[in-house]
Amino acid sequence: MCVTCGCGVDEAGIHDHSHSHEHGPSHVHGPGIAPHSHAPSGRLIAIEQDILAKNAGFAAENRQLFALRGVFALNLVSSPGSGKTTLLGKTVQALGDEFPVAVIGGDQQTAHDAERIRAAGAPAVQINTGKGCHLDAHGVGHALDQLPLPEGGILFIENVGNLVCPADFDLGEAHKVVVLSVTEGEDKPLKYANMFAAADLMLLNKIDLLPYVDFDVAQCLDYARRVNPALQILQLSARTGEGMTIWLDWLRQGQQTALAQQAVRLEAELAAVRARLRTAG
Amino acid sequence: MHEFSLCEGIIDTVTTQARQQGFSRVRRVWLEIGELANVELDALRFAFEIVRQDTAAAAAELDIITLPGRAHCLDCGQSVAVSQHFDPCPVCGSYQWRLLSGTELRIKELEVD
Repeated sequence: MCVTCGCGVDEAGIHDHSHSHEHGPSHVHGPGIAPHSHAPSGRLIAIEQDILAKNAGFAAENRQLFALRGVFALNLVSSPGSGKTTLLGKTVQALGDEFPVAVIGGDQQTAHDAERIRAAGAPAVQINTGKGCHLDAHGVGHALDQLPLPEGGILFIENVGNLVCPADFDLGEAHKVVVLSVTEGEDKPLKYANMFAAADLMLLNKIDLLPYVDFDVAQCLDYARRVNPALQILQLSARTGEGMTIWLDWLRQGQQTALAQQAVRLEAELAAVRARLRTAG
Repeated sequence: MHEFSLCEGIIDTVTTQARQQGFSRVRRVWLEIGELANVELDALRFAFEIVRQDTAAAAAELDIITLPGRAHCLDCGQSVAVSQHFDPCPVCGSYQWRLLSGTELRIKELEVD
């Protein structure tokens, strides 16, 4: 679209120019709009910078902190009502005795979710985004100041219920986990393809309700794999506990991997210090 | 409506550049947006008009260059054009492909005074 007047010069939005800044000749619009040229007359400054660069910087800081302290961090995303908080409550109860677990919850309003998580036995802090539709890495960094960091354990970041906006915002997590429930449509992976493409794991939740809803599991999984062939998929019911064992094992494995990576880094650091000791001696 | 956050990122960069490069007014902002990027262009334009107020870009126009999606098909090995995450490979029909480009969200250039 031509932004000078809003006309549809390139209706498809594809401006296939190699950018010598000859924006083509003047063009004529319908009656009442003067022809105009898009040739620039001011100074041109090359930027070549990602729009999300600032968020990426904060995400890198969070990720570095998680790596230093052996934290396996997950970003849970879904529509509102998929059962994230119930799932997290049950997960926290199951793993809380094994290693440290903490939760950052994002909602536009209320601290209800954080209260539910604390009742389940884990430290939790709520970020109220107000009108905001997603968490960003800066907000998560501040939330970490108010939370005991689960060193050697798992940090769950429960994003705002929204299958669109959170897809773009890296929080420093190891994986995005998308939760879909069988009370939703099986075509959600196609409708919200960016989110399912951004996730590494999909949890199909509320499978205890399958006898009562028209949800085609095979079709849903097929759609999800079309969008993201590498997507891992687990089916479970947080309410009845069915399928929870595989999810918990997946989490334990991630926690162990994060710890192993921390050990490798610490050993390298220790070796470097010992080498300096010998040199000094 | 994360397009507002994206526009705040654009204006942030513009403001930093204005300070570093010594300009006071931006005439035009060129963005490069991949065809598969998670952004609604009309919402982005709407948000830009609001977020640009009282900044060096207060009168700036937004020029969006759409970059095509390219993927490597794992089944037929071809480099192919895709425009949606759920497109089949146009050569062999497989969904087993890896995206090479097409999710860019980039500020390319500014025209300033």
